[in-house]
Amino acid sequence: MDILIYGIVNSFSLALMAIGFTLVYGISRLPNFAHGALYVITGFGVWWFIHQLHLNYFLAILLALILMGLIGAGIYRFVLIRVRGMATSEIIATYAMGLAILEFLRWRGFKGMTYTLPVFIEGSINIVGVPVDLQRIIVILIGIVVVSFMWLFTHFNKTGLALRGMAQDEHAAMMLGIDSDWMAIIAMAIGSILAGLSAIVLLPLGNIVVEAGYNVLILSIAVCIVGGLGSWVGAILAAFMIGFVQILTVRYIQSHFHMVVALLAIILTLILRPSGLFGRQKELEERV
Amino acid sequence: MNDRGSDMELTTQERRKERLDRGIKVRTEGIYAISSLEEIGYLILPRLLLIMGLLLLPALVSSLYWKRVISITCIYALLALGFDFLAHFVGLVSLGGAFFIGVGGYIAAILNKYLGVSPAFTIPLASLLGATICTLLLLPALPLRGVYFAIVTLMYPLAISRIIEALNILGGTDGILGVSGFPSRWIEQYLIVLIVLVALFGLRRLVNEDIGLVFRGVKDNDQAVRASGLNITLYKSIAVFIASGLGSLGGAYLSHIYMWSGISQFALDFSIIPIAATVIGGGGTLVGPLLGCFILVPISEFLRAFGTLRIVFYSLILMAFIMYRSEGIMVYVQRKYHQFERWVKV
Repeated sequence: MDILIYGIVNSFSLALMAIGFTLVYGISRLPNFAHGALYVITGFGVWWFIHQLHLNYFLAILLALILMGLIGAGIYRFVLIRVRGMATSEIIATYAMGLAILEFLRWRGFKGMTYTLPVFIEGSINIVGVPVDLQRIIVILIGIVVVSFMWLFTHFNKTGLALRGMAQDEHAAMMLGIDSDWMAIIAMAIGSILAGLSAIVLLPLGNIVVEAGYNVLILSIAVCIVGGLGSWVGAILAAFMIGFVQILTVRYIQSHFHMVVALLAIILTLILRPSGLFGRQKELEERV
Repeated sequence: MNDRGSDMELTTQERRKERLDRGIKVRTEGIYAISSLEEIGYLILPRLLLIMGLLLLPALVSSLYWKRVISITCIYALLALGFDFLAHFVGLVSLGGAFFIGVGGYIAAILNKYLGVSPAFTIPLASLLGATICTLLLLPALPLRGVYFAIVTLMYPLAISRIIEALNILGGTDGILGVSGFPSRWIEQYLIVLIVLVALFGLRRLVNEDIGLVFRGVKDNDQAVRASGLNITLYKSIAVFIASGLGSLGGAYLSHIYMWSGISQFALDFSIIPIAATVIGGGGTLVGPLLGCFILVPISEFLRAFGTLRIVFYSLILMAFIMYRSEGIMVYVQRKYHQFERWVKV
């Protein structure tokens, strides 16, 4: 029973982590490999706002999210726009930026000491005999809200539809009067805010560590690729598959295999079915 | 923005830069290359500069520490050569240089420690075995294109190092200690320099042979190559075999220099620095990555005191070059050497 419950919690954590990346990479085709770095910055940002500026927790979260949106827009406006269209350069540039941010944080001494964020509501409840703390319930709730909101956004809102249009055929979208640079800025901003949001919801469950940045990136790529680019259903299912497999391996094999699951999932999916479980986009272009 | 001044101060809309090949460059492309000392000198000078520079460098540096840095730089240079060859001549962007280094390093360490093979045999054996293993493991990923191949190769070293850690095999997190070193410091020093030079000129020759033409065909239009009745997977695996062989050779050398082999050989450094060096030095020139390594690695050693700040440093350099100067130093220098420029009115 506890496998089921913790599996669900873990799956929703993965879905939350990955949704920003999925929106940006899967839907709008902008690889933001600084995703993990943004996740970690949000954590340290909120911690800094609370402990150094003595802001209220809620205000600190709000401020951090706004900051994330600006950083995301800035990444596109100042970095990605220069290498747009060169897929490998986009990846290398954003990855280098994420690396620079994470290693800078590590150098500044954000390690060793434990940095934690307070949970939203203390306490835990029993679900059929398994104690679950309220923060994990909040993860599930926020996960459901965010995922359904993003689904509605990309299917019924004009801006959201424009984002999908861009990914499918940029030239056709431009002919229909969609400003692709502006859309990309919006996508990056939303994606970064979602990365920040997942950090704020998930980090109270553990410590803020720099390594989390790399793990979050790998997990997000795993969810995005296994699910198939541009498919929400796929991404959610992938989050559940990887989430449950992780919990099962930790339970029955060894906790060290936690990340190996995600890495092998990426490698195997790309080798066996590069367009993912539910990907329909650009199937032919990915493989010779 | 219209400029109403003299002819000399035209704006960019009214004038453009014209680039013309120097006469001597055109002459040295044909039989006239050997017509006079000037032409011969024009051809030999840059090559001689590089060869003499590389050979003299270990002799000029006195401190033991910096001599070792030169050897490490050469290992990075081998990786960078492999990366440049794969990325710009075959069209496979491999972000997993660390994978090649790690496989080579571990094989050399196992052969030496457990089977007692001497370094004279472990290095060539590890290169061949390592190349075979890397090629076989990458074989299923070869049909993938561009970004997808890049992501798979980025994941390989991460996965392998985590598996070694989790299973606690091959010495686990401690690595394999007690690998034997080189018999003499001079051999350690000069062997790798010679290997780098042979690899550089060998690859340059290779890409200009018939097979190099096929490689470039695979990069530019794989369907056309396929339509000509050539097996693209075969050619891609040959290219991966060459590049991973170079990487494994570097890894084996690294194990013998440090007399140790461990998980840190799968570390990100080995994936990032060669790419940064290629971008800085100029991709597609093969000399550029070498130059990039000789710029980046020593600077990164200077910054070692600052800990991980050096990673920040070369990530930022990499970003800046990709964004503003994606052609790289070597392409720029070659252009200046071969061509002259002048402003012409449009």
